[in-house]
Amino acid sequence: MTITKSAAVVGTDAVAEAMRQIEPDVVAAYPITPQTAIVETFATMVANGEVNTEMVNVESEHSALSACIGAAGGGARVMTCTSSQGLALMWEMLYIASGLRLPIVMPNVNRTLSAPINIHCDHSDSMGARDSGWIQLYSENSQEAYENTIQAARIAENKEVLLPAMVLLDGFIISHGTERVDFYEDEKVRNFVGEYQPPYTMLDPENPITVGAFDGLYGYFFEFKRAQEEAMKNALKVVKEVGEEFGEKFGKNYGYFETYQLEDAEVALIALGSGAGTTRAAVQQLREEGLKVGMLKLRLFRPFPAEELVKALSHVPVIGVLDRSLTFSGGPGGPVWQEIRSAFYDAENKPQIVSFAYGLGGRDFSPQQAKEAGRMLVEGNFPEGTCYLGLKEEDN
Amino acid sequence: MKLKELTHKRELLTGGHRLCAGCGASIAVRQVLLAAPEDVNIVVANPTGCLEVSTTIYPYTAWRTSYIHSAFENVASTLSGVESAYRSLHRQGKIKDDYHFIAFGGDGGTYDIGFQALSGALERGHRMLYVCYNNEAYMNTGIQRSGATSLGAWTTTSPVGSQIPGKSQNRKDLTSIVAAHGIPYVAQASISHWRDLVNKTAKALSVDGPSFINVLSPCHRGWRFPMEQTIELAKLGVQSCVWPLYEVEDGEYTLNFKAKNKKPLEEYIKNQGRFAHLMKEENREIKDKLQEHVDKEWHRLLRKCGETAEV
Ligand SMILES: Cc1ncc(C[n+]2csc(CCOP(=O)(O)OP(=O)(O)O)c2C)c(N)n1
Ligand code: SF4
Ligand SMILES: [Mg+2]
Repeated sequence: MTITKSAAVVGTDAVAEAMRQIEPDVVAAYPITPQTAIVETFATMVANGEVNTEMVNVESEHSALSACIGAAGGGARVMTCTSSQGLALMWEMLYIASGLRLPIVMPNVNRTLSAPINIHCDHSDSMGARDSGWIQLYSENSQEAYENTIQAARIAENKEVLLPAMVLLDGFIISHGTERVDFYEDEKVRNFVGEYQPPYTMLDPENPITVGAFDGLYGYFFEFKRAQEEAMKNALKVVKEVGEEFGEKFGKNYGYFETYQLEDAEVALIALGSGAGTTRAAVQQLREEGLKVGMLKLRLFRPFPAEELVKALSHVPVIGVLDRSLTFSGGPGGPVWQEIRSAFYDAENKPQIVSFAYGLGGRDFSPQQAKEAGRMLVEGNFPEGTCYLGLKEEDN
Repeated sequence: MKLKELTHKRELLTGGHRLCAGCGASIAVRQVLLAAPEDVNIVVANPTGCLEVSTTIYPYTAWRTSYIHSAFENVASTLSGVESAYRSLHRQGKIKDDYHFIAFGGDGGTYDIGFQALSGALERGHRMLYVCYNNEAYMNTGIQRSGATSLGAWTTTSPVGSQIPGKSQNRKDLTSIVAAHGIPYVAQASISHWRDLVNKTAKALSVDGPSFINVLSPCHRGWRFPMEQTIELAKLGVQSCVWPLYEVEDGEYTLNFKAKNKKPLEEYIKNQGRFAHLMKEENREIKDKLQEHVDKEWHRLLRKCGETAEV
C-alpha cells in the first residue's frame, strides 16, 4: 500500500505536505489570503527541521519570484506559492521565469483580482497569466492539489520542457475546505520526483555562465520564443507520461481531462477546478431525470490539449463552457470558452458552444446553477452571448 | 594593495563590452572586482541599465564570472535567491567551493525602483555586496532624473524650462538610509580614489552579511562633459564635498577623505553641461541652494564621524 496516511485536512495543508515531500532547495514566498496557510505551514516545517529547504521570506511577491529565478539560475529546485494580487504583482517576472526556462513550481490558490477588493475564489488571477509561458494544472479538490503539485515538479523539470508550472486550487473552497486526503510515503514521492539535475547553473566554478543576457543587436528573441512554444508542445506529451507513471506508482492515472457520462451525452458541460465537482453532482441528478447530459473536467489549461478535447467531444452537438473569469472582450465568452471555440474551428462537426459565467468573486456555485445550465443546453434555450449563472439580477 | 599588483590580476569584466569610452560604470566595476580575492568564485548580478545592456549582448558576455540579470527593480531579490541557492546546496554538500555575490546596480535600480527589494534583502541579511554605480540619472533610457539626481540638474525629465530650470528637489541620502538598516558594512566611494574603493571592497567582502558601497561613477553622456574627464570630475565631486568618502562599520561612521581646502561647488559643476544653466545669474539662487545643501550634509556627516574641525 502506498498510502501512508489518510487524513482530514484543508487544501493548504495538502499542498504544504506535497512541498515537504518534494523538499525544494529554496522556497521564496510572501503571504496573501487564501494562500497564507501554505507559507505558514511550510515555515513551521522549516523551523522544525523537517525539511532542508532554505526559506526566503521576501518583502513582496515580485521579489518572491525574482528570488526564485535567482535560485533556479543557481541550480536549485525552487518553489513559491501565491494568490490573486500576489500573482498580479509577479506578472513581469512570470514571463522572465518562463523565458529563462526555469522549472519553478508554484501552487496558486485562485482568488479574484481587485477591484472591488474581494478575497474569494474565481480564476481571474491564473487566467490572466495564461499567456505567460507557465504550465497550468487545475485541481478539483485537495487530493488533486496534492498530486498535481507532486507531478508539476516532474513535468517542469523534464529536459524537453524546462518551463515553470502553476498548480491551481480554488481559494477557500479547496484551500480552506476540510476533506479527506490520501498521502503517499515520503520515500515513494521522493523517488517519483527524483533528484533535480539542472542543465545549467551559475554555481559551477568550472563553467561560469551568463543568465538573462540582452538580446539587443543580433536578434535571437524570436527564435527563443519559438523554442518556448516547442517546449510547451513537449509539455503536452510529458504531462501525459508523468500522469501515467503517477498512475502506475500511486494507483491514480492523470491525463489532460476527465470525463463523466460523456459517451452517450447529447449535451456536455466543461468545467475546471472545484466547479467540476458541483457540475458532476448536477449531471448525476440530470441523468436521473433522464436528461443525457455529460461533462468534461479540464485539468490542463496550459498547454491546451485542443486536439484531444475535440476528439473527446466530437459526438456532442451542444457544449456549455463554465468560465470562472471574464475576458472583458466586449463579446461573449470567458477564456476557456474562447479556447474551446477556437479548438473546434477546424473540426468536421462543429458543436454549438455556449458560454456560461459563474462564481465570480466567490459567488456560490450550486448544483442548481449547474443543472440550470444543463437544462438550458438540452432545451436549446440559452441567451445570445454569455449566460451569467447566479447573478443577483432577475434577468441577465 | 599596490597598483602594480592590481594590474597583474585577471580582469573579470573583459574588454569588448559596449559601454561608452570613458564610462564611469566600468571603472567602478573593475576596481571592485580587482579587490575580490582570486580564490573565491563570484556571481555578479545587474538590474536593467547601461552596465547590463552593454556587457551581455547575446550571444556574447563580457563577464568571466557567473552572471544574472532578470529585471530592473529586483537585482537585490534576484541575487538573494542565488545566495540562498548557494546556502542550501552548500549545506547539503552539493557545492564545495566558496562564492561571493556582488550586485552592481545603477542609481535608478537602487535609489528608486529597486529600493524595496534592496531594503528587503538587507533586512534579511544575505551575504552579498551591493555596489551602486551611481551616475545620478537613468542613463540607459536617455538621461532621466532619479532620486540620486542633484537639485538643479538638467535631465530629459527635469529639463531646463522657462519656468522650472532643472530638477526641483534635492537627491536623497541613500547611503545613510542603507546604513540605517544596521548592516555590517556601508561605504561611500568614488572611482577617482581607487585605493579607497579597493580597500572598501575588501572590507565589504569580508563581512558575514550584507554590505553596500555607493560609488560615484560619472557618465559623460548624461553629465555633459568631455569623456576624458571622467576621473577628474569624480575627484572634484569628492574635493567639493558633494560626494564625501566615508564608511560605516557596525554603525560607526569614519570619514576617509578630508580635503585640505574644500572646493566650492562651482569648481565641480562649471564643466558639466547638466549644470550649465546654474552658472547664469538668473539661476544663482538655485546654485546657492545646492551649495547650502552640500554644506549641510557635509556638516551632518562630520558630526556623525566625530570630526569637529571644519576645513
Ligand atoms: C519595470 C521597468 N520600468 C522601466 C524600465 C526602463 N528602464 C530600463 S533601464 C532604466 C534606467 C536605468 O537607470 P539606472 O538604474 O540609473 O542605470 P544606468 O542606465 O544609469 O546605468 C529604465 C528606466 C524597465 N526596464 N523596467
Ligand atoms: S551613457 Fe553614460 S553610463 Fe551609459 S555607457 Fe555611456 S557613459 Fe556609461
Ligand atoms: Mg544611473
